[in-house]
Order: sequence, then structure tokens, then C-alpha cells
Amino acid sequence: MTMTDAETLATDLFSKFDPLIEQRRALLSTGITDPFNLVMEKVLSPTVAVCNGRETILLGTYNYMGMTFDPDVVAAGKLALDEFGSGTTGSRVLNGTYAGHRAVEDALREFYGFDHAMVFSTGYQANLGIISTIAGKGDYIVLDIDSHASIWDGCKMGDAEVVPFKHNDIEAMEKRLRRIPAGAGKLVILEGVYSMLGDIAPLKEMIAVAKAHGAMVLVDEAHSMGFIGPNGRGVAEDQGVLDQVDFVIGTFSKSVGTVGGFCVSNHPKFEILRLVCRPYVFTASLPPSVVHTAATSIRKLMHAGNKRAHLWENSLTLHAGLTARGFTLGTKTPQSAIISVIMPDLERGAMMWEALLHEGLYVNLARPPATPAGMTLLRCSLCAEHSAEQVQTIIGMFERAGAAVGII
Amino acid sequence: MDRADTSARIADLIAPFNKKGIIITDAVTFAGDLEWDSLTVMDFVAAIEDEFDIIISMNQQAEIETYGQLVDAVTRLRG
Repeated sequence: MTMTDAETLATDLFSKFDPLIEQRRALLSTGITDPFNLVMEKVLSPTVAVCNGRETILLGTYNYMGMTFDPDVVAAGKLALDEFGSGTTGSRVLNGTYAGHRAVEDALREFYGFDHAMVFSTGYQANLGIISTIAGKGDYIVLDIDSHASIWDGCKMGDAEVVPFKHNDIEAMEKRLRRIPAGAGKLVILEGVYSMLGDIAPLKEMIAVAKAHGAMVLVDEAHSMGFIGPNGRGVAEDQGVLDQVDFVIGTFSKSVGTVGGFCVSNHPKFEILRLVCRPYVFTASLPPSVVHTAATSIRKLMHAGNKRAHLWENSLTLHAGLTARGFTLGTKTPQSAIISVIMPDLERGAMMWEALLHEGLYVNLARPPATPAGMTLLRCSLCAEHSAEQVQTIIGMFERAGAAVGII
Repeated sequence: MDRADTSARIADLIAPFNKKGIIITDAVTFAGDLEWDSLTVMDFVAAIEDEFDIIISMNQQAEIETYGQLVDAVTRLRG
């Protein structure tokens, strides 16, 4: 039996993507460079790459501390390749825990001053695994509506009741905690830095409310590790409440400069997660070179006060420079190493993104559903290795591109 | 409290979100007829939760597509 065209169309599982396919077709038919298909042909340093044959300043990499080309970090990876091979070919709980996996977990425990550290193969899997495993049937997860996709997916994978509240709204969070039935387990999920607009959470106030209602608190510090706080432990450290956080989630793919994810905790029963957390158990562990580069990088980040200070200077300078030239930014004041430039719509956002690329500048084009309130954003993430001169060059590129596209 | 009372109070709450002026019946759908996006849904759910002092978790919201289903769910949650 053969199906008619109409039947084929109705049962094609890809029909659901038609609106997105059409939106992409319309955008690319204008002849614009595809913003989601750029290739870095050569990477010269944490802040410069070659794209389309042109030397390009990188301002959208999350490489906050510029550790990707640190000589000690690179050397540790090369040595590990020689000594341990290219991969572990196994789960952490079987043949996939090497000396390097232990070493990076030791480094994390020291970095945060916590009792336990558990390393996952990506940051996404860290959220997926921890959230879906600790919040089960009958428990309640109370989370910020602007949470990262990995947090939402962790909620979806578990069996807990999921209750979102308005972004950074302490009262809205409190109301929801108050209404949870007595006796139910509660997990509050917050982020230190929200990566789309680059704003931070009032963790001190929110964690106090969460604790008053008997909730455990998980804070994702992916975008603050290494940079924010006196020791680079994140926004919770900066606000003096790190000791109140039950679970810190983080990643190696930003300040640490490689790939991987982790959770640190002081919970006395934490180690049992290694046996029950499926995204930890049922996947291969990180390659030896990755965990050795991560361990070396984390230890260097403990003593990176000067780099942190320079990164703050870069953030202040870029925020002030773009504001002065008439751009609308995601935050009134610089709160992190992310400066988000709000675009009027996707079309002009894509035009501005391309104009910047022609100037020799790479930023992230972010659009719904990743962005809040349907916004199109040009997201800039600064690096401690951007020189003061590079930041001035960047401001000049934005000014020319913005004028050419008619945004300022 | 009975269903009619719940329905009347929800009808009052829905008005500021009903930008298209759709006539509200039990069969009206939030996504289809009212064309609400996720942010509007969140604000509306928050208004309902505050009015009745209840939680409508996302798991429960996934089962609610029409106005009538919402009234039933709120009536049930109020106990």
C-alpha cells in the first residue's frame, strides 16, 4: 500500500519543524551569512580566530578567563594524552575513572571548599543528572522562569512537580514555597548569572527565603565561576551565602576552558549519587587530556585575582562605551562578563551580526526560545585576555556597524 | 466553593489577558483561541494562583488546554 502525498505530509515527523524551516529560509534568502553555521578556521588565541579567511576578534565564547591557550593547561593535556591515551571508553563507575578524574574532583573540592565533587561529561548533563535524580515523585521544584535549558530538561526528565516563578522575583518565589503541601521535599533552583541578559540573582535574599521554607538550594554558577567573588567561586560567594548552597552546578566549558560539568556539595550522603544518577552512570567519562587540563586550569583560577580585576575593567568599559553610543543593553549596569545588546527584531539582529562579522568581530546572535520575552540579542562575553585596546576597537566596530544597519 | 463561583472569579481574572476579546466558554483553548505565548500563560497562572492561594504546577498545566479544564482543575485544587 502506498500513501498519498497528503498522508505522507500528515505523518512526516518533521512537519512540526516547518515554521522554523520557513523562518530560516526567509532570513537566508536575503543573502545574509548564516549566524548559526560559522566555522572557526584557525584559533590564534583566546580572543582572536580566523573566520571566512579574516582575522576576527572573539567576543562570544564564554572563555572568560582565557585559559584555553594557557601554556600550563595545554602542557597538562599533552602529557595526559601521552600517558593515558585519547579516551577512557567507559563509564565513571566501570573502567572510566582515571587518576585525572580524581585529580579534577580534588581540585574542585579545594576551589570551592566543599566536601564532595562529582564530574560529568558536560555541564548540561550535570544539571540533567542532579536535578532529575534528587527531586523525585511528590517533591517540588521551584525555579526561575529564565532558567537554562539544561535545568528545564532536568526537571522534565524527573518526576517532581515543577513550579516556575517570575525572573528574580523574591515575593513570587516565596508565595510558591508557602503553598507547597506540608511534608513535601522542596528544591529551589537559581542561577548566579543569567546568561542571556548577563544579570545576576539576589541570591542572598532568595536563599534566605528558600531556607526559611525548608528547601534545599541548587545554584548554577556556570557563568560566574572563575570570575565573580573574591576567589572566583561565583555570585553566592560574592554575596556571602555560599555556605547556604546545597548544590553548586558548574561547567568546564567557560572559565575553565575545556568541556565537562560538575556538582559540588556538602551533603553527607552526596556520594550515593554516583550510583543512582543516570546521566553520570550511562555515558563515557571525559578523556584524560580534558580532565588534566581542567584540573590544571582550576588550580590556576584559584590565584587569578589580577585577571579577575582586568575582566571587570573590560566589562565596565564595554558597557559604558556601548551605552554612550546609544545601544540598548540587557542591564543598566554591568553585572557580569556578559554584555547583552538588545536588537529591535531578528532581521535587524542578523544584519547587525553580519555587519559586525565584516568588521572582524564575532558575537553570539541569540533569539527565542533561548531568550526571555521573545527578544533578539547580540550577546557579548568578555575575556580577561582582551586588551584594553581590543575593547576600544570593539566599541568602534559596534558604532560603525550600528550606524550602517540603522540601529543607533 | 462551587464550580460556578470559581468560574466567575476566573472570568474576572482572564479579562486583562483577553486582548482579542474572545467570548469565554468552557471550550475556549488558551493556546489556540486566545493565542497566548508562554509568558502570558505564566502571568495568568500566577494571577490564578494568587487569587485562590493554590499551586498549579507545570505538570498540571500540561493537562489543561481549555477554560473548562482550568475551572475544573482550580475547583479540585481548592478542595
